[in-house]
Amino acid sequence: MNPTQSSDYRTAAVAGIGSERLQKSLHGLQDRFGKGAMKLWAGMEDREMRSRVKDSRMRTLEHLDIILAELAKNVRARGGQVYFAETGQDAIDYTIEVAKKNEVKRVVKGKSMTSMEINIDPALENEGIEVVETDLGEYIIQLAGDKPSHIIAPCIHLDRNQIGRLFTDKLGIDYTNDPPALTLAARKALREKLLSADMGLTGCNLACAETGHISLVSNEGNIRMATTMPRVLVALMGMERVVATLAEHREALQLLTRGAALQKLSTYVSFLGGPAAEDDPDGPQEFHLVIIDNGRCKILADPEFREVLACIRCGACLNICPVYGKIGGHAYNSPYCGPIGAVITPLLDGINKHADLCKGETLCGACREICPVENDLPRMLAALRHKLAYGSDRWNTRQHNPAEAYAFSFWRLLVTNAFLYRSFIAIGRIFQWPFVKKNKMIKKMAGLASGWTAHRDLPPIAGRTFSELWKEKYRTTRPAGPAAKIEEEK
Amino acid sequence: MAGNTVSLFIQCLVDTMFPQVGEAMVTVFDRLGIPLAYPEGQTCCGQPAFNSGYRKEAAAAARHFIEIFESAETIVCPSGSCVHMVRHHYPELFPGDADMAARARAVAAKTFEMTEYLVDVLDVTDTMAEFTGTVTYHDSCHLSRGLGIALQPRILLKNIRGLELIEMQNSDTCCGFGGTFSINYPEISTAMVDEKIDNILATGADAVVGCDISCLMNIQGRLSRRGEKVKVLHVAEILAGSRGGNA
Repeated sequence: MNPTQSSDYRTAAVAGIGSERLQKSLHGLQDRFGKGAMKLWAGMEDREMRSRVKDSRMRTLEHLDIILAELAKNVRARGGQVYFAETGQDAIDYTIEVAKKNEVKRVVKGKSMTSMEINIDPALENEGIEVVETDLGEYIIQLAGDKPSHIIAPCIHLDRNQIGRLFTDKLGIDYTNDPPALTLAARKALREKLLSADMGLTGCNLACAETGHISLVSNEGNIRMATTMPRVLVALMGMERVVATLAEHREALQLLTRGAALQKLSTYVSFLGGPAAEDDPDGPQEFHLVIIDNGRCKILADPEFREVLACIRCGACLNICPVYGKIGGHAYNSPYCGPIGAVITPLLDGINKHADLCKGETLCGACREICPVENDLPRMLAALRHKLAYGSDRWNTRQHNPAEAYAFSFWRLLVTNAFLYRSFIAIGRIFQWPFVKKNKMIKKMAGLASGWTAHRDLPPIAGRTFSELWKEKYRTTRPAGPAAKIEEEK
Repeated sequence: MAGNTVSLFIQCLVDTMFPQVGEAMVTVFDRLGIPLAYPEGQTCCGQPAFNSGYRKEAAAAARHFIEIFESAETIVCPSGSCVHMVRHHYPELFPGDADMAARARAVAAKTFEMTEYLVDVLDVTDTMAEFTGTVTYHDSCHLSRGLGIALQPRILLKNIRGLELIEMQNSDTCCGFGGTFSINYPEISTAMVDEKIDNILATGADAVVGCDISCLMNIQGRLSRRGEKVKVLHVAEILAGSRGGNA
């Protein structure tokens, strides 16, 4: 409730709300993909699929150690190398070591949110390695020195005129705002990078323990090139992004592409399970799978939050959230934005640090409805607020707002004692009159309530509350019977 | 019509700021011949504390509510979000206290939102009310998504003589209230309610109707600040026939 604590989130939110261009983009995005996904779920023939996938995700999480061991065993059997990274830094160190050993000069990336979570790009660049994003949206973001504002559509906050000017500036092409022409320019520039890169660096949409593969979905084909052209491939994978069996993999993948882009299948799906072999000559000479914890074990161990690890990162919740739809992704100050970001970011990076993400939603429930695996994000937001309310040793969280806590202690006194409660209302009714204007509305209040009257009016406390009216007008006229009996018992 | 005595669970905002909504409920139930009671010790269901994370305080409010209401035959409330609190959150508020949890579940099982009670329990679809004018209906989040109540109010509204219901775009998108959210993040909340209001205005309806006074208070507060003339009415007021759209 202290405005200074909220300044970053609120400032960025206000900037997003104030951008006409962003509002237009977000409106279009939600109108198409948010509504589209809801329509898709409503029309699914297999009504049980979503809950079945959720069940399998939760079951996998319960046996995650065994399933990850199986995945590692099967990847290694095919000649791949597997590294378990406890922290983001461990993953960075390992990747740099691999890069150095292979004298890597240039890395091509295939869109990976995990790589942003651990912030690996600057670390690679510090080693003198060039890092190039190959996903068109992420490439634009990289050229602009910007940050992504959507998990699937990273440059949703930019329009084609801006991208046209950016390409003129960075790629030296004549100005155009024609999307096909811009795409072609990017393609040409990226081809050169892809063909001369020494290492590919990707994420992992899903890994299948049974077969020892990871799968990556894309619509541009860039991931296929980034994973097969360079000599070395490093795939970064959040440790929860695994399914046990191929059958489960199939269903999870179906939900992923539907939730993300209303597609039955993405244009490309790459299955990778190791280096090139005699019977499978396409692929890198070295294949490294980096399985990253970076705070996930802690989430896994807490039954209140384990569910969030069932997420398949499709980004559908962004496409329906009314808060995200107004403020855009940058306000979340995290690679993970929208409702999923509001839950996972505090859990991975500190609940106090990201208190605004825990508190800055209305708990409307739209994200729960659209989530392909039916994750109850509003429940988890409320649970995060619970940690902030009292502090939590387990989550190394301190009480967020002692003044608010004090206010609720006082509130508790009132609501558990009807006499005090009604007296408080009666006193409020007297003190409110200087604030009540001619249209019988309150236009300005001080303190905490000023947040309401900054942009809205408030009706005053009524001359007679319902409980007073009941005593005066209605109680005595009730017919005798069960009603009266209940009254007597009070 | 005989039946269970209905104990009115009057949401705190209705009690203090919109008592006419409670009176409208009395009118509707009286017209249907339903015996009514109003347990006078009631205060607030505890939702503001729960949604802000203060579960001990919310549990204290829940305990008070349960003590006040558990002797009731049936509990009916003019607010979906308060019913959602009682039905879905009360039973979780007493971990390790099986007795209180059981009492919470028992109270939850007999607590209903007003339109839900009329249509689903009493099978009443016509409250014999009149309203001259056009209205549009806002689906409150906890009511529609949390309790699955969207059809019931519409059925009741369509049976009001003289009333024409015009659906707005995205009627089930959040209005931006969100309890303390609206105070802590006024700019975001306002951007959301502005979109809601634009959708309301686009229908050209005389009034916007809803089942949750908190959303309606938010919408009304912003309409008033913007100087718009659209009326804001709780569904109970329409069902009671207590006001005309162009009055």
